[in-house]
Amino acid sequence: MLLGLLAVTALALARLRDLFGVVMLFGIYSLLSAGIFLVLDAVDVAFTEAAVGAGISTVLMLSTLALTERKEKEPRHKAVLPLLVVLVTGAALVYGTLDMPDFGDPKAPVHQHVAPRYIQQSPAEIGVPNMVTSVLASYRGYDTLGEVTVIFTAGVGVLALIADRRRTRRRRRRG
Amino acid sequence: MGKHLVLRLVAKIFIPLILLFALYVQFHGDYGPGGGFQAGVIFAAAFILYALLFGLDHARTVMPPALLQTVAALGVLLYGGVGVASMLLGGNYLDYSVLAEDPVHGQHLGILLIELGVGLTVASVMTVIFFTFTGRRG
Repeated sequence: MLLGLLAVTALALARLRDLFGVVMLFGIYSLLSAGIFLVLDAVDVAFTEAAVGAGISTVLMLSTLALTERKEKEPRHKAVLPLLVVLVTGAALVYGTLDMPDFGDPKAPVHQHVAPRYIQQSPAEIGVPNMVTSVLASYRGYDTLGEVTVIFTAGVGVLALIADRRRTRRRRRRG
Repeated sequence: MGKHLVLRLVAKIFIPLILLFALYVQFHGDYGPGGGFQAGVIFAAAFILYALLFGLDHARTVMPPALLQTVAALGVLLYGGVGVASMLLGGNYLDYSVLAEDPVHGQHLGILLIELGVGLTVASVMTVIFFTFTGRRG
């Protein structure tokens, strides 16, 4: 049901030329994905998707739209070659999923590797009831540090690119 | 002042609740879903809502961009600093077990601190990005 809605939203997204509508649909798309994550019992991921995908990124896209135009330009080329590329890539990806273990299979490699250790040892080693937090913050602390650095870098990048234009202009005039 | 009166009133009621919820998500991440990342985004959402309804100038007086940039850097520093502290105490980088006498307590403390760092950075960076985007005249 949710997947169907997701597909419908994606199709509508591809057809739409009004970018304002596109942004709104992207928000809906994120919210639907959050619903799917929730159904899959991935509460933390659903939370993030709802907050970031449906919330913040929608606002950021809208504020970008305010700086640019609202309508998408008419495409100049025919869409045959891109369609072919997409179809081939999609077919390759679907072919790839044939090798994957069945959904929820307890013998899948992902459940054999470090996951059992985390589940068995985390209550004794970390003692935090939410195991996702203990994996993210402690076992995988390096990764999370990297993520924070990425966000920080993004902020610095935005500031360096489009902030404080007045000051640079003034400096240029002086020089 | 007459513009968006209803929206502004509702926002005034909601913003403290959103901030409170963000703090709850921040410090309850050990027990329920959530953590620094989500809390930071929710925290930023409250400021963005304020900026949308009361104008960027008001929002900038509440949250000066210079302060936000400092806080963003402080968050990353706090995270990295916890790692350095655990190294100085004789453990590996980001090994929180050495932070307290009891390893489990150390883990709790470490997770609390790094989640705080994540929350600070995410909240301020999101707000900074929004401020710079909207503050720029196209």
